[in-house]
Amino acid sequence: MKILVLVKHVPDTETKVKLASGGKSLDDSEFKYMVNPYDEFAIEEAVRTQEKHTGESVVVSMGPTRVQEGMRKAMAMGIDRGVWINTEGHSGELDSFCVASALSKVVLEEKPDVVFLGQKAIDDDSAHIGPMLAELCAMPHIQVATKIEWQDGAQSARIEREVEGGMMEIYDVKAPMVLGAHKSLNEPRFPPLPGIMKAKKKPLAEKKLSEVLSDSPLVTVRGFALPSEKAAGKVFKGEPLPDMVKKVVGLLRSEAKVI
Amino acid sequence: MNVLVYAEVRNGKLKSTAAELLTEARRLLGGKTENIHAVLMGDGCAAHAKTLATFGASKVFVVENSATDTYQCEPHIQVISQLIQKNAYQLVIGPASPTGRDFFPRLAARHKSAMLTDVISLAVDGDKITARRPMYAGKCIAEVGSQTALTFVTVRPNVIPSEIFNAAAEASVEKFAANIDAAAMKSKIVEVRKGKSEKPDLTEASLIISGGRAMANADNFKILHDLADVVGATVGASRAAVDSGYAPHEMQVGQTGKTVNPNLYIAFGISGSIQHLAGMRTSKVIVAINTDPDAPIFQKADYGIVADLFQAVPLFKDELKKIVEHS
Repeated sequence: MKILVLVKHVPDTETKVKLASGGKSLDDSEFKYMVNPYDEFAIEEAVRTQEKHTGESVVVSMGPTRVQEGMRKAMAMGIDRGVWINTEGHSGELDSFCVASALSKVVLEEKPDVVFLGQKAIDDDSAHIGPMLAELCAMPHIQVATKIEWQDGAQSARIEREVEGGMMEIYDVKAPMVLGAHKSLNEPRFPPLPGIMKAKKKPLAEKKLSEVLSDSPLVTVRGFALPSEKAAGKVFKGEPLPDMVKKVVGLLRSEAKVI
Repeated sequence: MNVLVYAEVRNGKLKSTAAELLTEARRLLGGKTENIHAVLMGDGCAAHAKTLATFGASKVFVVENSATDTYQCEPHIQVISQLIQKNAYQLVIGPASPTGRDFFPRLAARHKSAMLTDVISLAVDGDKITARRPMYAGKCIAEVGSQTALTFVTVRPNVIPSEIFNAAAEASVEKFAANIDAAAMKSKIVEVRKGKSEKPDLTEASLIISGGRAMANADNFKILHDLADVVGATVGASRAAVDSGYAPHEMQVGQTGKTVNPNLYIAFGISGSIQHLAGMRTSKVIVAINTDPDAPIFQKADYGIVADLFQAVPLFKDELKKIVEHS
């Protein structure tokens, strides 16, 4: 089986977002980056799939030089090699269609049986790449896969998709396919020390953005704003608890009018 | 501008997002409804045409094709693409629900057109559609603009208050027998398994009761479910509670879980990490109960009580019960 996994580098979850140039952009000077948490489930699923079905695994990332860190982490977890789309020095906007289109060039060249990625990236929260990439590669996709069972010698898979309120849809999907990894798929391993050492020597091919970018953005970002901060609330302490609960519930009804 | 609204139906029930989307479409068109159409798909969907008319759909397409009886990505995309071809829509709006978010980006890519996802408001600037959408789980709001003649939008559930347009409106229904190219269907639904709970999903719930690490174990979540049942609330959990195995992943609220925006969010034993606050900060009213008076959650709470959750939960249950019984 040939397995591809897409990995994005995102500001970590403790990041405080600040505006720059009057809201035209975000101040990224204090951003610390991490592998998108959902992509870790994708990497783990890719490694486990390869362990079970043999074959080859490839990590693909798009971004500046720092994204190689995430690619090395994926390789330390067990991925065989990497393809890096280098965006270093690119000043124009890249919307999700541009990214999906650029990634599709690599996917069509590599011809994998399955492409894993996280069900969404926690920075822009768009969850566009899976469905868009699948469309551009004429593959089926399941955007939030919570369970994967390969069948017919990995020609197809039975896949559960979480809908809402615990409702599940179960699909039979033909390979090649694009699958968005959900947290419930697996528990990502910590990269073992020998894996970290090996990862340093694994092949990482570079592609220039210009080789794979053929589109201009369909969506542009006009600016950013911070959400308005709430005024301080009423915090009760030190009184008998039944009284405090009675007061809060009373306020929810009379003042906040939500119950 | 011609607008098509995708009115989502689940288990024969119309989702509340349909009314929210029609309300936003009307506002965008300055209250005029003649160019607002809606499409219904799914088993038993025809019954909802009148409701859509009362919220301002001047025409409702009822799709009659067994491939759309239950949601599947490819048939939904083909149906909407055929309607776009027929009626030259400039704007197609759907809910940012798990289903809307599954097929809208793919639909937009097929038309090589702008996709604005999970927006909280829409506007028109000249001939361009613009929208505001939260990023970083709500730590900031981006203003984004479509660059294409056709624009696809999904709107976050529960943000836009729905308003009836005309309670007496009768639907103008057009049956639509779409042609589905079965050869393009590389995935097929084999089963839909209902959830254990009939309650709304966290992302669509108007009342949420959440527990954190202080819940101490999975069994203790039962007291939150009991409390939630009194008022029909959905139960959520913090990442700490999920990572400790006290609650399943689908209950997780926060940047690595679900972003929620209920009318009322009650947090029991949640300290309020940045990533949790990001996921629930747009709740209209936040109540926090925590033993630590310095817990960050109190800075975001409208009402707080410094107390032990295990003592507070039964008292909340009694007080809320009184209100439910007297209303």
